[in-house]
Amino acid sequence: MADLTDLTLLEAAQALRRGEISSRELTEACLTRMQALEPQVHAFLATTPELALQQAQAADRRLKAWRQDRSQPLPLTWGIPIAVKDVLCLQGVPTTCGSRILEGFRPPYTATSVQRVIDAGAVILGKTNTDEFAMGSSTENSAYGPTHNPWDLERVPGGSSGGSAAAVAARMCFAALGTDTGGSVRQPASFCGVTGLKTSYGRVSRYGLIAYGSSLDTVGALARSAADLVPLFEAMAGHDPLDSTSMPDPVPQVSLEDADLKGLRIGVPREYFIEGIASEVEEAVRRAVQVFADLGAQVQEISLSHTDLALPVYYLIAPAEASANLARYDGVRFGPREPAQDLWEGYFATRGARFGPEVKRRIMLGSYALSAGYYDAYYGQAQKVRTLIKGDFEAAFQEVDLIACPVAPTTAFRIGEHGDDPLSMYLEDVFTLPANLAGVPGIAFPVGFDSRGLPIGMQLNAPHLGEPALLQAAHSYQQATDWHKEHPPL
Amino acid sequence: MTASTYEAVIGLEVHAELLTRSKMFCGCPVVDSTQAEPNTAVCEICTGMPGTLPVINQRAVEYALRVALALRCQVAETSVFARKNYFYPDLPKGYQISQYELPLAQQGWLSIDVGSGEQRVRVRRVHLEEDTGKLFHREGYSLVDYNRSGVPLLEIVSEPDMHSVEEVKAYATALRSLLRYLEVNSGDMEKGVIRFEANVSVRPSGSETLGTRTEIKNLNSFRALVRSIAFEIERQSRLLDAGKTVVQETLGWDEVRGVTLSQRSKEEAHDYRYFPEPDLPPLHVSAEWAERVRAELPELPDARRARFRERYRLTPYVASILTAERAIADFYEDALAAAPQVSPEKTANWISGELFALLNQAALDIDACRVTPRALGELVSMVESGEISAASGKAVLAEIFQAGGRPQDVVRARGLAQLNDPQEIERLVERVLQENPQQVQQYLDGKETVSQWLFGQVMRAARGRANPRVIREVLERALRSMEENPPTA
Ligand SMILES: [Zn+2]
Repeated sequence: MADLTDLTLLEAAQALRRGEISSRELTEACLTRMQALEPQVHAFLATTPELALQQAQAADRRLKAWRQDRSQPLPLTWGIPIAVKDVLCLQGVPTTCGSRILEGFRPPYTATSVQRVIDAGAVILGKTNTDEFAMGSSTENSAYGPTHNPWDLERVPGGSSGGSAAAVAARMCFAALGTDTGGSVRQPASFCGVTGLKTSYGRVSRYGLIAYGSSLDTVGALARSAADLVPLFEAMAGHDPLDSTSMPDPVPQVSLEDADLKGLRIGVPREYFIEGIASEVEEAVRRAVQVFADLGAQVQEISLSHTDLALPVYYLIAPAEASANLARYDGVRFGPREPAQDLWEGYFATRGARFGPEVKRRIMLGSYALSAGYYDAYYGQAQKVRTLIKGDFEAAFQEVDLIACPVAPTTAFRIGEHGDDPLSMYLEDVFTLPANLAGVPGIAFPVGFDSRGLPIGMQLNAPHLGEPALLQAAHSYQQATDWHKEHPPL
Repeated sequence: MTASTYEAVIGLEVHAELLTRSKMFCGCPVVDSTQAEPNTAVCEICTGMPGTLPVINQRAVEYALRVALALRCQVAETSVFARKNYFYPDLPKGYQISQYELPLAQQGWLSIDVGSGEQRVRVRRVHLEEDTGKLFHREGYSLVDYNRSGVPLLEIVSEPDMHSVEEVKAYATALRSLLRYLEVNSGDMEKGVIRFEANVSVRPSGSETLGTRTEIKNLNSFRALVRSIAFEIERQSRLLDAGKTVVQETLGWDEVRGVTLSQRSKEEAHDYRYFPEPDLPPLHVSAEWAERVRAELPELPDARRARFRERYRLTPYVASILTAERAIADFYEDALAAAPQVSPEKTANWISGELFALLNQAALDIDACRVTPRALGELVSMVESGEISAASGKAVLAEIFQAGGRPQDVVRARGLAQLNDPQEIERLVERVLQENPQQVQQYLDGKETVSQWLFGQVMRAARGRANPRVIREVLERALRSMEENPPTA
């Protein structure tokens, strides 16, 4: 048999069920590949081989029992090695959010989303690299060094879930959990040529997800195809009493057999094909839209008229929420504390030394947007415009079932390319932010390569709680194309 | 000018912890934070660990609704939690979850009486928030206890409707009494479960414009509340007298020196950067929910006070002390039920006089009292029917206060039953008159006060058990007949 890590999640799941392979073998294969590639890729901030092998052994016992008595359904994630973005808590395992302010922090609890995939039998290989507190689009803002794009090690994997995307692309794991506040699952999925699902706000519990922008944060997943994402989505989604913003709605079974694009109305927003979008990206996305049309979808142009306001609105709301969310990192109860003579010096020393520049920038931006005399003009105004953006999506979904658009204006850029220009980096998120502001789900998947051989992704959005439609549509596309089967040359 | 030529304008913010079983946003128990071992009633949520989220305690909302409705507030169908941002080690998240723009309830009032009739103090708003932890400063370092962190806290903000320390005291007392009636707060001031902040300004009497106000923070007792406000009124009046102006600032109260001290000026005031708490959806209180809570409210202190005055014909003073605590008012009404033939006024006097004296001496609450309402009713009834004397009644009460039991048993055991038989008392009177001819003669010569001495002799002969009314009657009759038929010398 070829390397086990070449299997897709579903292929591996079927092989496990048939008893052809064991979870232990799968896990060892992943660990071996991690060992070989990590020096070049640096996708992980912490690895948990002992925990993984323990979980794999337990999974094998259960699989064996299941093969004898199949009366109880077994989730397809059973025995599958995955990775978890390092902003999701896992009890007893270092969780840093890519920040030195959480150096050595081991949470005494596990995030609901992580617990649910563990309960569904998944094997946890480790915690993946991220921009500090998920603030960034390249994983360069990690205090522990950048992750390298498996397609071109000189380039970024995107961010902030860059570690998860690179780990999946490099086949060190079969899937990975990520989080998406402004595009942090979709953009790295696009840069690394994998499929990434951003769930609807409230669909997956945020409990144990270390907050960046609380009204925007969502948990998602990355894998090698839409079909591989289905069991992870089904495991994670659903109401959690620990998260008051999680939706009470039941989670429907996602049936890929029913996936049919015939008659599906797909809208292409004219505001997304702007100046600054790389022509190769635009062409690839337009070609993919044509594939949907060829498969029977009705494609029409639509308008999301407040799109140009999404970026400024996002960069007021997310930093404002972050400025409060990050106040707890004061060195008093957990995490390292810098030596100081008194309380205030301690605050300044610890936060000053241990937050990176982008985090400080956003804390200051957010504090300013909330301060007396500026609140109405900035934060208050941003909330009003957010309502308009949400309204754009609601109106569009009266006319169409899904929205198709690019994920990012460009393919993966060079490490250091955006260096000292945070604003040009912020533009990376221009096509992904609106979905977070509107709370709707999105999926990114590969639709081609540019002339440098770098993956190009496209995005579909659906109405709130419309994940099944997204997964089905992306699956139909992937049935008809092979872009998602391409591997980076590692 | 002097203080008397100024009118004080005072508003109060009252913070009351709610006696729920668990905290405001997590499942930790609410413990007595003055007793519990530090940091034993804590979890990842109330210590603000990364990734944790709050969940609203519905019971705390219900308790808050009780208070809001008892204060006749308008309850908001939708209220919103907000983050109040500031750094301090007792605030683990770096923000306090509170309500800001849209509080739970607004526009109520509380009735107070300082002797010049009932008056209303308007309540501006009632909102829910979470308490902070507690800091303990040691030599060179500080420790923090998060047991109190996240305990539900109700903030009740009055309009500046009070004009004297008496009114402030009456408002604070009435509010404490209300919270205890509603069983949402223990009222244990020394445990810090009720805390005050006062806004104080003065203006020339008759003026309608408000003066510059100061805010006194962290007042944890009625004494501190009253003393600090009195001090502040005096201080501000003197400033104005001297032609100076009052500076708007936040003050602390130095209990030892008895002075207010500046903590920060208006310019240094915190910018709390309030914004809606994204982790909590708006709080919806349906009309049905509010109605159900309203229907379950107990009779409130002012309604009960009015009813006691009217139905039991109590004086305003007695009615107000008997209704200050729900347990006392219940005790009183239970005692009345046990002795329906006795006048309610007499029973009230026994409770507010004798029983309160005993409770005060023993530093006990009525809940811990061994005298049952029934026993007290029976005791008053025995005294009123003349079965025992008032003096014996007090002795019996003192005994059952110590040991419990029924008054009848004590009366029997001690032989305290009162002598009421007129014939027996006549024999005693006859004997006393015979044994004291000199005094009888003095009486007959016009020295009427001697009759009081003779009364005492008869009571002594009866070893204190005779009914004084009967002695007086018999003695009077005997003396009158001697006046008409003077004994032959
Ligand atoms: Zn707790």
